[in-house]
Amino acid sequence: MANKRNLLLTIIAIAALFALAWYINFESDSYTRRIVNLCLVYAIIGLSMNLTNGFTGQFSLGQAGFMAIGAYTVGIFTVPVAYREAVFYAAPMNPYIANIELPLWLALLVGGLLAALVAFLIGTPVLRLRGDYLAVATLGFSEIIRIVITNAQTITNGALGIKDIPPLNDVRYIFAVTCIVFIFITALINSSYGRAFKAIREDEIAAEAMGIDLFKHKCMAFMLSAFFAGIGGGLYGALLGTVDPKNFLFTLTYNFLLIIVLGGMGSITGSMLGAILVTAGLEFLRVFDEPLELFGTAIPLFRPGFRMVIFSVLLMMLVLYWRHGIMGTREFSWDKAIAFCKNPFTFFKKKGGQKA
Amino acid sequence: MEFFQPILDMSGASFAQHLVNGISLGSLYAMIAIGYTMVYGILLMINFAHGDIVMMACYFAFFGITVFKIPWYLTFVGVIIATVLLGVLIERAAYRPLRTAPKNSVLISAIGASFLLENLANYLFSGRPLRFPEIEVLAQNIEIAGTQVQAISLIIPVVTIICLVILLHVVNKTKIGMSMRAVSKDYEIARVMGINIDNVISMTFAIGSILAAIGAIMWGIRYPGITPMLGVMPGLKCFIAAVIGGVGNIKGAVLGGFILGLGEILIVAFFPQLSGYRDAFAFIVLIVILFYKPTGLLGEKTTEKV
Repeated sequence: MANKRNLLLTIIAIAALFALAWYINFESDSYTRRIVNLCLVYAIIGLSMNLTNGFTGQFSLGQAGFMAIGAYTVGIFTVPVAYREAVFYAAPMNPYIANIELPLWLALLVGGLLAALVAFLIGTPVLRLRGDYLAVATLGFSEIIRIVITNAQTITNGALGIKDIPPLNDVRYIFAVTCIVFIFITALINSSYGRAFKAIREDEIAAEAMGIDLFKHKCMAFMLSAFFAGIGGGLYGALLGTVDPKNFLFTLTYNFLLIIVLGGMGSITGSMLGAILVTAGLEFLRVFDEPLELFGTAIPLFRPGFRMVIFSVLLMMLVLYWRHGIMGTREFSWDKAIAFCKNPFTFFKKKGGQKA
Repeated sequence: MEFFQPILDMSGASFAQHLVNGISLGSLYAMIAIGYTMVYGILLMINFAHGDIVMMACYFAFFGITVFKIPWYLTFVGVIIATVLLGVLIERAAYRPLRTAPKNSVLISAIGASFLLENLANYLFSGRPLRFPEIEVLAQNIEIAGTQVQAISLIIPVVTIICLVILLHVVNKTKIGMSMRAVSKDYEIARVMGINIDNVISMTFAIGSILAAIGAIMWGIRYPGITPMLGVMPGLKCFIAAVIGGVGNIKGAVLGGFILGLGEILIVAFFPQLSGYRDAFAFIVLIVILFYKPTGLLGEKTTEKV
């Protein structure tokens, strides 16, 4: 009974959000649309990062590299053939791919699959490493991917980047992709694979003793994470309309790190919340990069770069004082939401009582 | 065959030149790698901010000499003191509160500290590259057997060796060194035996920062462009150097530093077409070494206890 009700509520909520996406798409200005789109794309990539870092407990910092693969696939294959000569003016495009043009959805899929393939190749040696080594190795690989992209002039246009990607600013499209990713990852986490991931996170040795194939599951989580990061990166590229190796510095990964830490490592709904808060917050913090005048005198603190200082201080504060983030490893559930609506005043008290 | 042509064309003099460059870069990596390996040996964490401490030390030296016009030898002393304070402060503020937290939280805190230093430098000193002040005595060219060599390229390995000898003496022969080794062997037991863990950790960070400051000064004289992102790539490579040598092992870190420094310079010298992939070299070496010898070249074999 309760399950049916929850499923119904979820469907209603998604439909309502889709209606909202529809409304934003037609009724709001392009700036708002852009922010909403960015929130959704960041949510996809945050979810993908949570899959390895939060659920499987493998601390990987390679998200920017996988995003670059997705974004470049979209860039290379969706620029109309007629424009390509102008885009690749420094060195002509490799003749094997110069005449292939794919629709966006197919390019996204190809980008995701390519990212997953690279993840498989990287993962085979790298996933044998323990925690910290894995972080450095994946960070290194995301830089190597960027270096390769910068050097492969005839495929990626090198340091010049690819311009004239048909722009995508349709909230409905990106919302639909986000929904699919969300549903897929929720289903995955609730399946036996998801339980295996969590077992690996809690204790690798115990998980192995229970008969879980460590390498297979880690590799699977890593590849799926790369796949979704590739798709997210593809959407990111299409959203920007231009891709450039400088867009995919490893510092980009720190945005998603903040998202999953804020939302809670190991919580899907937490990642969604985190993505919205971080993206909106980063936009809001832009105020700090503009010169500010109060009572006729300019405040010297406000100049370019201040925003990122605040951003990094927030990341540190968060991990020092509020390590579990908003959701911790919990998820939003309708049962709790209804209990809260029924009795908002005693809801938190009761939980406190249970803990003690 | 064309691929190997540059090797055949290389003259003895230019090979010697590359060798000197490689050794001096390797020494710089070794100096910084020691900081990583000591912290990892004791706290089992990557001090991501170590590379950025090097960057900050470069800026301190720049401000001392160019802006405040302090003589360079006095500035160097000041830089070392300021860097030690910075290193110990970071440990206090970012790592100490998380002593009992899960490892991933500490890692995130370290990344946050590194990112904060980068952004702070970008904000305070602007992202525009600054030129490290030129010190005539150290930057002059001298001629040895027909090869032009910068004096600093010869000073760097010498300073590194002196530092290494002093450090090994401190770690192996003094009381504080003994407590460091004890803490890195078994954290809990060392505490039970009455060692003040906090002091030992602060001391470790201080020693790492001294070496980072000396390394940074020499780095600045050798490669004069300083930017807020200066410490990132050397930082990652030096951690890799520490891992290659066997993390926690000081001699291993030096060995790893030399392997990376020499390898990087010689590969670019022998195969100029690969120069774009120069930064990838360290990561490939890391993967290969960890694949065949997961504890590093000089590391002890350990088994994970349940």
